[in-house]
Amino acid sequence: MELLKRFKQGDIEAFETLFRQFQAEVYGWIVLIVRDPGVAEDLTIETFWRIYKARARLNTEAAFGAWVRRIARNLAIDHIRSRRREQELSEQSLWVEAPDSALCRETHEMIERAFRQLSPKLQAAATLALVDERPYQEIADLLGAPVGVIRTRVFRAVRQLRKQLERMGVIP
Amino acid sequence: MTEDEDKEIQRLLKEVIRSVDRELRLDVWPAMLRRLDAPRTLVPWYDWTLVGALSCWLVFFPEGILHLLYHL
Repeated sequence: MELLKRFKQGDIEAFETLFRQFQAEVYGWIVLIVRDPGVAEDLTIETFWRIYKARARLNTEAAFGAWVRRIARNLAIDHIRSRRREQELSEQSLWVEAPDSALCRETHEMIERAFRQLSPKLQAAATLALVDERPYQEIADLLGAPVGVIRTRVFRAVRQLRKQLERMGVIP
Repeated sequence: MTEDEDKEIQRLLKEVIRSVDRELRLDVWPAMLRRLDAPRTLVPWYDWTLVGALSCWLVFFPEGILHLLYHL
């Protein structure tokens, strides 16, 4: 509590202590959503930069971690949204094909394209649930939504992907 | 939708989306300090003068909003 009060008053040492306490956690949340370590580092800094700028509004009684998590999550989701727009324009791939991938390049690109067409929230929920196989409760905490909503997002993501991939002829 | 169909989509996604390491490999505090030390972008005084003059003009001649919007 004392640390938060000092941070609110602009004490840079208090900010450093909070930064060091939370940086790994914040990076871990962001990288799970954006899937790019370099971007996750930048967004970690951006998260703390926003926290620093908004320190005057900090409620020292409320949970600091929850506030940090909300800012980090919003930045990560916004990043997926902007990346989606950029990719629509450039049609460039961000994901590297795994060397042991059984899929041919064309199929790989079609799946990627279908995935990019999902909304950022569906992309995040589907990645965490289906690729990382994280427990639903953990995904709910990370994305700030109830477990039921996360289940629905994953279900909708799978249904939309299936429809797209059938249309593209990737799956029968 | 069957469980097999879900598994098929899951398999395809795992092929395409790489897994990530959640561990932060380096201390990003030095980068944070650079960000804190970066000079703030200051709006030059003549921009503020222009905004002030424009606001006054719009207060005295509100019909000017339409002309302004047309030329923007």
